[in-house]
Amino acid sequence: MQAVTKTTQATPKPAKSDHPSGDRRFKTLDMTMKRHQYKPDALIEVLHKAQESFGFLEEDVLTYIARGLKLPLSKVYGTATFYHLFSLKPNGAHTCVVCLGTACYVKGSNKVSAALEEELGIKLGETTADGKISLMAARCIGACGIAPAVVFDGTVAGKQEPEMALAKVKDWELE
Amino acid sequence: MDLTELLDVGEAHRAAQKATRVHCCTSTGCRAASAMEVFKNLKTAVQDAGLEAEVEVVGVGCMGFCGRGPLVQIDPQQALYEEVKPEEATSIIDTLQGGTTPALKGDLQHPFFARQVKIVRQHSGKVDPESIEDYISVGGYRSLYKAIYEMSPGEVVDEIIASGIRGRGGGGYPTGLKWATVAKMPGDQKYVICNGDEGDPGAFMDRSVLESDPHLVLEGMAIAGYAIGANHGFIYVRAEYPLAIQRLQKAIQQAKKYGLLGSQIFDSPFDFKVDIRIGAGAFVCGEETALIQSIQGGRGNPIPRPPYPAQSGLWQCPTLINNVETLANISTIIREGGAWYASIGTDKSKGTKIFALTGKIRNNGLIEVPMGITLREIVEEMGGGVPDGEVKAVQTGGPSGGCIPASLLDTPVDYDSLVAIGSMMGSGGMVVMDQDTNMVEVAQFYMEFCRGETCGKCVPCRTGTVQLYALLTKLLKRQATQADLAKLESLCHMVQETSLCGLGISAPNPILSTLRYFNEEYQELLQPPAYLNGKVGHGQVTVSQ
Repeated sequence: MQAVTKTTQATPKPAKSDHPSGDRRFKTLDMTMKRHQYKPDALIEVLHKAQESFGFLEEDVLTYIARGLKLPLSKVYGTATFYHLFSLKPNGAHTCVVCLGTACYVKGSNKVSAALEEELGIKLGETTADGKISLMAARCIGACGIAPAVVFDGTVAGKQEPEMALAKVKDWELE
Repeated sequence: MDLTELLDVGEAHRAAQKATRVHCCTSTGCRAASAMEVFKNLKTAVQDAGLEAEVEVVGVGCMGFCGRGPLVQIDPQQALYEEVKPEEATSIIDTLQGGTTPALKGDLQHPFFARQVKIVRQHSGKVDPESIEDYISVGGYRSLYKAIYEMSPGEVVDEIIASGIRGRGGGGYPTGLKWATVAKMPGDQKYVICNGDEGDPGAFMDRSVLESDPHLVLEGMAIAGYAIGANHGFIYVRAEYPLAIQRLQKAIQQAKKYGLLGSQIFDSPFDFKVDIRIGAGAFVCGEETALIQSIQGGRGNPIPRPPYPAQSGLWQCPTLINNVETLANISTIIREGGAWYASIGTDKSKGTKIFALTGKIRNNGLIEVPMGITLREIVEEMGGGVPDGEVKAVQTGGPSGGCIPASLLDTPVDYDSLVAIGSMMGSGGMVVMDQDTNMVEVAQFYMEFCRGETCGKCVPCRTGTVQLYALLTKLLKRQATQADLAKLESLCHMVQETSLCGLGISAPNPILSTLRYFNEEYQELLQPPAYLNGKVGHGQVTVSQ
């Protein structure tokens, strides 16, 4: 009994996770996995949580999840790379997602994406060298009524002309 | 909760409602056009005018006219305002006291609204999607009660068979037959899955239904669970639809609180719980076997059928998979009866279908129309035609569908007629294209989509889509020959015939339909014979790659 009390005192931060780095974000992962009773079927839910907390999925995180759910790392890696939403590389501080769905395409979203590519000097799916802006493409965000649509840091903007999108991105570049 | 309590909740909520309700759309489309600011300003304006006693501002789901958002509608005056700017909110509230407003007034008698028959979207734009009381007050969860207490599971299935409803996800498989198959399967554990992985670019009906009326879908799932003997349901929603997910989560919690989901629904022995599963951006997961793999936490690779999910699906248990729109029809079918539902639509396609009318068209948005309406009525009357120019083609069915030329606009919209002309109903995307659209580029656009979205499991789809894309690119670069064109066509048929799942089987459809109806555009791109030294004149073509 004495010993138990002692150990509790020795760890002042109860939120510390089992991960050696002591990063608290791993604790969130622990909680998610626990809520799903460490079932391997919960892999996608856990990956969503990891992506949300860490911003991207580094090898360390994938290994941690694999151990927690008792899955081979290959399976975790295979699932993480299968879905477009999971990213194994860090994203820029700002994200600009151009919708390339049919309705947006017919209304000229390719001109918007081309203008952005030229301005930033990167291709869709890449991040600027200074890590400021990630330019991405979406298959369809379901905002076809206001095509062409661009998502700036999670906020949908409709009826975008190349100039409007460029102005927004230029603001970010000046930050 | 029993029936009297349910009716009491509805009654009490109706009594508490103010005489005038100002509906402001708060769905994704209108939000992008600053609807939330309009909503906030409307609320402040009501307070400032001292009208709180008789006027309430309600955030509602989609009203359909997404191209002209944000939309504000006043009940019972039936006034509709389009493209409302946040600063116009005060003057709109003023109109209730005889003032005037500069806000753009919409015409509710326009065919866009007048020709719609609303079954799935009956409450959409009228009820607050975040309030279960609002849904109960318009008769919500009555059908679930009716099913549990007045009908046997077999009778529910019979009613769905009688309605003649077919799957709204695109395939058009008879829903009643699917339910009957799962109901007959032995085993204690069965599942209901609601397929909300609406991946077709240019389609957003399911998003709108989930955002505008989540309880309607939940009620449909619970009735399905009762009919087939399942006690657990999953809704699989795309991660691209954060608002739909948020509203569904709220709806499930509210329904649980009222005892309308969970254990012993309406104090009966019937239990039904619903969990949400969030997709992670894979188009192929709209295919049912791939979706099941994804719910089980794996890669979304389809598996060969049979066994069909009805026999062995989620965790090898009999599983019923229905599309969002299909399940949203169920509550009304149970309330009004299968025969009533079967009286709408055509001989082989019953009921209504929601279409997302987008592209080069005046009136952009969602419409719910009876099956059998012609494309011309939709595009020209309801949609108002192309803003500047002519309709060249209408694309239905997304990457799995085809391009229908203007000459076939009189085709009735039903499952079989669309398949007969080389397209398909699909989930309901309808993209209108005008003379500025190059059809070969459209085919290339879809092939690029399929090339990126193929899961890579079967060879015809994995390499076929890459080869088809390469051939189209070669064509667009004017480097192709007649032999390449022949190869393109034969490869299309090969991919169609040998692929494992719906993605590969339907991937060549956009090419085949454009080859069939817009062959001259392909011919124009063929390399001119060498003896002309490239002196043959060509139309303007821009290569996007």
